[in-house]
Amino acid sequence: MKKIKYSEITPENIYKNRRNFIKKFGLAAGSVFLGQNLNSPAKAAPKNEDLKLTEYRYVTTYNNYYEFGTGKSDPAERSEKFKTTPWDVVIDGEVENPLKLSIDEITNMFPSEERIYKLRCVEGWSMVIPWLGFPLNKILKKVSPTSKAKFVKFTSILDPEQMIGQRFPILDWPYKEGLRIDEAMHDLTIMVTGLYGKKLPNQNGSPFRLIVPWKYGFKSSKAIVNIKLVEKMPTSSWMKASPNEYGFYSNVNPRVDHPRWSQATERVIGESIISPRIPTTMFNGYGDQVANLYTGMDLKKYF
Amino acid sequence: MIKYLKPSVFILSLFPFLIITYKIFFNKLGPEPVKEITHFTGEWTLIFICLTLSMSPLKTFTKLSLWINIRRMLGLFVFFYATLHLLTYVGLDYRFDWQPIFDDVVKKKYVFIGFAAWLLLIPLAITSSRKMVMLLKNNWKKLHRLIYVIAIFGSLHYIWLSKTIFFKPLIYFIIIILLLAFRIKIKNKNINYG
Repeated sequence: MKKIKYSEITPENIYKNRRNFIKKFGLAAGSVFLGQNLNSPAKAAPKNEDLKLTEYRYVTTYNNYYEFGTGKSDPAERSEKFKTTPWDVVIDGEVENPLKLSIDEITNMFPSEERIYKLRCVEGWSMVIPWLGFPLNKILKKVSPTSKAKFVKFTSILDPEQMIGQRFPILDWPYKEGLRIDEAMHDLTIMVTGLYGKKLPNQNGSPFRLIVPWKYGFKSSKAIVNIKLVEKMPTSSWMKASPNEYGFYSNVNPRVDHPRWSQATERVIGESIISPRIPTTMFNGYGDQVANLYTGMDLKKYF
Repeated sequence: MIKYLKPSVFILSLFPFLIITYKIFFNKLGPEPVKEITHFTGEWTLIFICLTLSMSPLKTFTKLSLWINIRRMLGLFVFFYATLHLLTYVGLDYRFDWQPIFDDVVKKKYVFIGFAAWLLLIPLAITSSRKMVMLLKNNWKKLHRLIYVIAIFGSLHYIWLSKTIFFKPLIYFIIIILLLAFRIKIKNKNINYG
């Protein structure tokens, strides 16, 4: 039986755009960064218009990182002194051999590669960012998940001394997020330690963060200290804050509106005042790679 | 002194408009320019709502009536910034593409209530001239009490559009509630003392 590709069941105009996007994208994503040279700029500059990298200054000054405040410029202004060394990450839960790794051990054990991904925020804007990182599945394979490991729970650091936002009940601190095990094992899901060929700036979630490009940005936790394999679906901080607005899956989906914002279009960060919104694509343009994870699921129900 | 009060307040009230015009022409709006203009004009609308509502408490505290002289003008600036805010959203953000705008108004409660607040401002703006005050007499006061509803709508609009109420949406809400509560107090006083 001929396998029907996800892209074949989407409207043609959207499909063509996305196809074009992914073609260039796949090329860029595959360009492995040989040895993490922290001082040189990114080499794999995309040629495609759709994939125009967002300027470094915007990537590093326009952030949602409520631990440092709810304003977009708060993280850049307030995270300068945030201590990222020493930093230990514990990987435990339903695993054969739990691990505790320092951030140095992590960068030594798992060589970084450059991945140019589009980041779509639930607020209706997007950026294109060259991350440095490695697939999460490399770490997960090291700890050997047991058969009970159905989900992965990510916990970020709790440090109200250093993070002013955590002194207020903005969210259920520390920040918690989760993925289904197959989402976590997917090759597009990466753990990030840098961007633009440099060490990850504090405001972008240094020293260790998650990136899941087909989900809204808030799914990609920053400053992670614990990766726990669990049997039951974890409740994320945003789900707890507003369960009817933020679902566990939170896949980018132009056809399912957030109760407060339409998700049909998005603004591209760094574009001029006269540039129009662009249409948002299913799974943020990664449908061909990830749609099969959700076969048969009602994505309106499991938003 | 009093003679210069109105013109000075007028020029001061135009400052936010000049700032955003400067930012537009000198490309200083940052990563998300359209959102920046939307938020800027929206926030100044709320500030002018708070200023307008502060005039009668200020009169009570300072026992000076000059505050009331500038109140109508401040109210007109509420309408001015609210209209800029609406135009940014309709024109710059959605390019007068009415379908998604209509969907937003119907489906998104923060757009609905914001739009309702702007509609309610129209009769107030129309009846803001001295002539109208004379003409409507007591009804003018009644009609212009709509600003209380508009203030609450404006504050809810901000709360509902934000991902969390912390901190600015909450701050504006508290200020507006305090300014409105002040009026209830005055009323009670009037009853108590006949």
